Amino acid sequence: MNQRVSSITSRRAFVLSGAALALGALAGCSMGSSVSFNGTDITGADFGRDFRLKDPTGQERTLADFKDKVVLVFFGFTQCPDVCPTALARAAEVKTLLGPDGDRLQVLFVSVDPERDTPEVLNAYTAAFDPTFLALYGDAERLAETAKEFKVIYQKVPTGDSYTIDHTSVTYAYDTKGKLRLKLSHSQSAIEYAADVRKLLHAA
Amino acid sequence: MNHFIRTAAAAAMVTAIATAVATPAQAQANVSVKDAWVRATVPQQKATGAFMQLQAARDSKFVSASSPLTPTVEVHEMAMQGDVMRMRQVQSVDLPAGKTVELKPGGYHIMMMNLKAQVKEGGTVPFTLVFEGKDGKREQVEIQAPVKALNSAAKPAHAGH
Repeated sequence: MNQRVSSITSRRAFVLSGAALALGALAGCSMGSSVSFNGTDITGADFGRDFRLKDPTGQERTLADFKDKVVLVFFGFTQCPDVCPTALARAAEVKTLLGPDGDRLQVLFVSVDPERDTPEVLNAYTAAFDPTFLALYGDAERLAETAKEFKVIYQKVPTGDSYTIDHTSVTYAYDTKGKLRLKLSHSQSAIEYAADVRKLLHAA
Repeated sequence: MNHFIRTAAAAAMVTAIATAVATPAQAQANVSVKDAWVRATVPQQKATGAFMQLQAARDSKFVSASSPLTPTVEVHEMAMQGDVMRMRQVQSVDLPAGKTVELKPGGYHIMMMNLKAQVKEGGTVPFTLVFEGKDGKREQVEIQAPVKALNSAAKPAHAGH
């Protein structure tokens, strides 16, 4: 500090800047309500707390495995020609938009089609979008439990001699502490998703 | 052997006649098909979709599609009901005269199921598309749709992407 300048002006400036700093600190410390997201803010949600699903190697995974990363979770199936590839392609674009921060993003694809989605197909499918994306699956019972916890609907619908699956197409976003924070809509863009992920990554 | 040759010859003749008859119709095609593409699959993936733009000169309907790739080809419509995705087979897609109707992610698509082999990026998939005019007359259009990467975005990438 310049001790030779002891005018009232400099003292006022010091006090003002101190006040500004204090306000800034308060804003940073405040809960999610002062930060606006493109997705629906569901901070404090009492659902989607965790999962226990297998990855394609057969290893059981939970949210804790991905601590310190922002996690995006999407439910779908590989025989979905429209929404699922679009959602995963968007997630890949989000990773690109994040630049170096992309290393702190984990995208998870949970299969709602245990009858047809084998670990091999799932692994190849997510790898086609990004090698870091991870598919997760469970048997019919585990899937039912998981979907219930995540408030996700999925339903087989016959078509021809095969079937499709109606399913909830939101993306859930977790912060780096493994807490569910956002529900992002399928109608939102990679740019909107990336902005939210960035905010979650850079939060205190 | 003789029977086979005779049957093959008969088949060839019928095909030749059918093609001769079909050619004049194609010369004054009612429906144009643009920017057709098929989404590639990974090995063992059993289904995928095809997308394209259709435009009919006269009020018509797109009524069916077939492909040697699989016997199970249907036209589907995807609809979001709130946050839930639903896909349903449709019997036809209306093509009002002069209007471009898009089969694209978020709307209609040709659904191919029970695939026996991987659909590889860089290949092409033949389709026979059937359209019906108001008079009930049907016309067929053959296309070769290029296979694009599984992670292709809905819209073709514009310059600067």
